[in-house]
Amino acid sequence: MSEFGERLLADTRKKKTPGDYVRSFAFVLVPFLAILFQVYVPRFFGFLGYLELPLLVTIYFALTRRQPIAGVFFGAAVGMVQDSLSQQLIGMYGIVKTLVGYFAASVSMRFDVENPVLIGILSFFFYFFHQFFYWVLDRALLGHMTVFDPQQTFVYGLLNAAVALPLFHLLDKLRVKA
Amino acid sequence: MESFLNRYRNLTVLLVVVAAQLLLLAWQVKTTQDVRLLRVWSVSTVTPVTSALEFIRRNTFGVVGDYFALLGVREENRRLHQELGNLKMQNHFLNAELSTADRVRSLAAFQAQSPSKTIAARIIMSGTAPNSAEVFVDRGTSQGVEKGMAVVTPDGIVGKVVEAYPMASLVLLATDPSFAAGVVSQKNRVHGELRGMGHGNCKITEIQNEQKVDVGEWFYTSGYDRIFPRGFPVGQAAVVRNGNDGKEIFISPSGFQGGLDEVLIVIEGVHQLIPEQAVPSTDIHMMPPPPPDQPTADGPAADMTQGGGTDADRLKSAYKRIGDAQGHVYGEGAAPNFNAKVTGNPPPPAALKSAEPAKPEPADADGGEVHLDQPNYETQEETGATTAPVKTRPQQTKAKSTKPAQTTGGAPRETQ
Repeated sequence: MSEFGERLLADTRKKKTPGDYVRSFAFVLVPFLAILFQVYVPRFFGFLGYLELPLLVTIYFALTRRQPIAGVFFGAAVGMVQDSLSQQLIGMYGIVKTLVGYFAASVSMRFDVENPVLIGILSFFFYFFHQFFYWVLDRALLGHMTVFDPQQTFVYGLLNAAVALPLFHLLDKLRVKA
Repeated sequence: MESFLNRYRNLTVLLVVVAAQLLLLAWQVKTTQDVRLLRVWSVSTVTPVTSALEFIRRNTFGVVGDYFALLGVREENRRLHQELGNLKMQNHFLNAELSTADRVRSLAAFQAQSPSKTIAARIIMSGTAPNSAEVFVDRGTSQGVEKGMAVVTPDGIVGKVVEAYPMASLVLLATDPSFAAGVVSQKNRVHGELRGMGHGNCKITEIQNEQKVDVGEWFYTSGYDRIFPRGFPVGQAAVVRNGNDGKEIFISPSGFQGGLDEVLIVIEGVHQLIPEQAVPSTDIHMMPPPPPDQPTADGPAADMTQGGGTDADRLKSAYKRIGDAQGHVYGEGAAPNFNAKVTGNPPPPAALKSAEPAKPEPADADGGEVHLDQPNYETQEETGATTAPVKTRPQQTKAKSTKPAQTTGGAPRETQ
């Protein structure tokens, strides 16, 4: 294992039982604001339509809680609310975000998720996974002949990762040391 | 078993939650029913906030500008916009009616019919589905909106209501890939299906390559989808080409011009007539119509005018005159000398040849066609419009295409 990897694991072990937690109201308010942003702001600033803030928020809470079960339910809730605000069947976003919440929380148990580089990489990876898995479900379960554009998803993933860094930093302000 | 579940508790919960959502999906697909309760909760939670944000945005944005530009101007502008929208819709209706053959009948029909009943709605937020075009409007079932109603602007169609909630409705825009509507072309009356493409443009499918559609031709709703009343403008064909599965026609939906902020939901649709062929712009250079031919004692013009009728009639009268000059009775004896000169001016062969119909040239950009027995102008109007007096500007030579909704065929035009 590389030195960088060892340091990540060491830091993780050190922070295995995090004493800090996120204020409970943030669990409701932040996803709500993220969804509100997604449905309202791109109307006036169309170029912000690429931002998947509910996904980034899901990743953030899953990473900080480090509890896969919490990540599962949080992702499912955010995804299903997103589903309900569109014409699509309820459960599509729910399933995808459930998986994202679970995997993000699982990753946080092994790595030091305070590292900005890792946050960027994880955000990019989960965005790509989110979009790809949604496309797979859309085709496999619903038979929709939607198109998946890897290049566009790649670029959007990078942009979302770039936004994730300051966003996570901002959300860290909501955390309270126990 | 219990120890197994405890050991893989996280994974078990994940599988249970995913399986539950899969079952929910399967149930929705199989029964085509919806989890309406969850949707109503979500929409009822989010839309008041977005409505409030929209209210704040409307009432705060540009406050300073409003202050200096006199209070009340914005309100007046909004009212005038609304009035203009209504007038545009009335204009569509009137143009459609007036373009029918019988103007009196059209007026009577207009009096008998009332235009579609609509309510104005404001777009308050967009949907969350990826690769789709959906918006929420601030009118719902409490205002009489129902699922499946058409959404339009005075410039054209916008989309249709796919979900109606108490205080808001979800509108699927015409640019969404899953959107479809029946359309018909204005000039050639070709029926097709409008489909969104996920971005600004739409395409029209289900048109065979053999069918004729011109670039610039307008498409209107056909009414056969039972959603959009017949006669609403859809857009103008920007690209027309033959494809493997039929014609590939791309249009830019006219309803989206100028951005979407307020829309009209058609509560009670009234089918309208598709306007007739578009009338070219009044800025076209057209010479004044030629004076009628003077009947002269000799020359081909005499045959053309005196003979009247078709080319065959004119030939017949010419031959009759030859026969009369030679004292010949047709059907008896040998044929007369058709080459003999006839006093009384029989038509020379050249003149007869000139009386043959010329090959019609293809229609110009405005859809005008070259008519026989009329000067071959660069732009020539369709039948019906030719009798209308036109503005003449001898200095100009090119025609400009116009939007048919504004200048519809058959309407009397300005004369100068």
